[in-house]
Amino acid sequence: MGKATREAYGEALKELGARCRDIVVLDADLSKSTKTNVFGKAYPDRFFNVGIAEQNLMGTAAGLAAAGKIPVVSTFAMFAAGRAFEQVRNSICYPKLNVKIAATHAGLTVGEDGASHQAIEDISLMRTIPNMTVIVPADATETRQALAWAIEYKGPVYLRLGRASVPDVFGDGYEFHHGKAVQLAEGADLTIVATGIMVGPARQAADELIQSGLSARVLNIHTIKPIDREAIAKAATDTGAVVTCEEHSIIGGLGSAVAEALVESHPVPMERVGVMDTFGESGTPDALLAKYNLTVADVVRAAKRVVARKR
Amino acid sequence: MAEKLTSEKVAELGRRAKSVRRNIVSMVTAAKSGHPGGSLSAADILVTLYFAVMKVDPNAPADPERDRFVLSKGHAAPVLYATLAEKGFLPQEELVTLRKIDSRLQGHPDMKGIPGVDMSTGSLGQGLSAANGMALAGRLDGRPYRVYALLGDGELEEGQVWEAAMFAAHYKLDNLTAFVDYNGLQIDGPVSEVMSPLPIPEKWRAFGWNVIEIDGHDYNAIYDAVQAAKTVKGQPTMIVARTVKGKGVSGMENIADWHGKAPTQEECNLFLSELCD
Repeated sequence: MGKATREAYGEALKELGARCRDIVVLDADLSKSTKTNVFGKAYPDRFFNVGIAEQNLMGTAAGLAAAGKIPVVSTFAMFAAGRAFEQVRNSICYPKLNVKIAATHAGLTVGEDGASHQAIEDISLMRTIPNMTVIVPADATETRQALAWAIEYKGPVYLRLGRASVPDVFGDGYEFHHGKAVQLAEGADLTIVATGIMVGPARQAADELIQSGLSARVLNIHTIKPIDREAIAKAATDTGAVVTCEEHSIIGGLGSAVAEALVESHPVPMERVGVMDTFGESGTPDALLAKYNLTVADVVRAAKRVVARKR
Repeated sequence: MAEKLTSEKVAELGRRAKSVRRNIVSMVTAAKSGHPGGSLSAADILVTLYFAVMKVDPNAPADPERDRFVLSKGHAAPVLYATLAEKGFLPQEELVTLRKIDSRLQGHPDMKGIPGVDMSTGSLGQGLSAANGMALAGRLDGRPYRVYALLGDGELEEGQVWEAAMFAAHYKLDNLTAFVDYNGLQIDGPVSEVMSPLPIPEKWRAFGWNVIEIDGHDYNAIYDAVQAAKTVKGQPTMIVARTVKGKGVSGMENIADWHGKAPTQEECNLFLSELCD
């Protein structure tokens, strides 16, 4: 098992803090969970806890950015994208201020805290705001590189991170290219497009599908916005069917973004694996993924369904 | 003794405020919509800040050393645009493009388009947080600039204001000075009847701020309060400025309806005659 993406984020943030003195980190009383406390211990003069006040968290970050700093703010995805949505929209994205929002504890795998803390709408909310970039890393390596990219980039970024450990997908040779899909397997019968913690299961599903005589291309889409329309159109043209996989509502997230790209380029049969317009509940991450149909078997079934729809 | 305004300066501020008020009335009339009442109530505060207090230069609007101003009550955009034009950040002729298609002068301030606008605002309750961030950045960078913010009294009903109030006091942002434009009226009526934010000075004191109460139309009082705030260490200052909504235009004064309504051309002519030099 690899690290949780929030763990990798905390370490990477500290490393970047050594190189870039303009980074200022803000948290809203969750620094032990979001892992910004690693930065806070190393650079206490550039770490500010705002308390349980997410609206002011985003607004203060906007002001820091307006004065030339590079604020990185963390809280749970529920509060970053949900509670403070309008501050993110009006104080950060409208003036296109250079704020990096690293939101942890996204999706169902928050686990036992239950539905109140399981953000399954955040990708949808964040990608609809003009000027916002949305990135969902799949593992520790991708998290480190995506954060480094975000610090270099001038403008608002939403980085979606998870609480639970995830298997490593990428090795040391991996290079993150913003806005570009990463092909993890080649195949002819369908394409499985996945993001975040669903990239691992997507790849496993492709392996299992071989036994059923189906070869699946696997794409990791880490940048949900701007999405790699070219890679999606090419996948549709080459393979004729698409399955999307995400730990997010099927409404508004990766599935929607891919569908939007497909209908405007090369419409093909498509199936979405995600949370089916319902709230989650308490449970272990694995039990939740199983109950809410986010397993390898669910991806395999969706793949068979979508191939059956091909003419 | 702290520095005082000269009588010449007070006379100049009066002239400039009158010019700003004329432009507020004209531009809202031309736009056929906008917020004249809360713009007029804040005019003397903005004119004093931009012409007697703040270190800003129209030729270097992005100077990192400049003082900052955040109009948290962003619907008073006309007073900000008129003051920036008076100061030379904008051509006076451009003011009549307020709220029109393709104009930089958006209904609420957009910092991307206009030199001299330090923060985009309009959605109430958000400006003080941004001012906090600017003040914190100034301290981190060792820059001696000061940050000013103007809030509405109705705006104090927004919860985020109090999150920001706690933050500024907790982190001892003594390079931050804010104003409440206490004109007593919001869209639906008197603030005390709609949802009372009173008592205002006591609330800010309880949140750890240095509080100064003044008449927000008295240039000497505004200036003295700002100078006093500069000498306070370890505390942000809130200047609770008692004002009159629609100040300077007798047909508009203390009438809640003039919060967000444009005068007709006839009304405009009448109002402007009152604002002649």
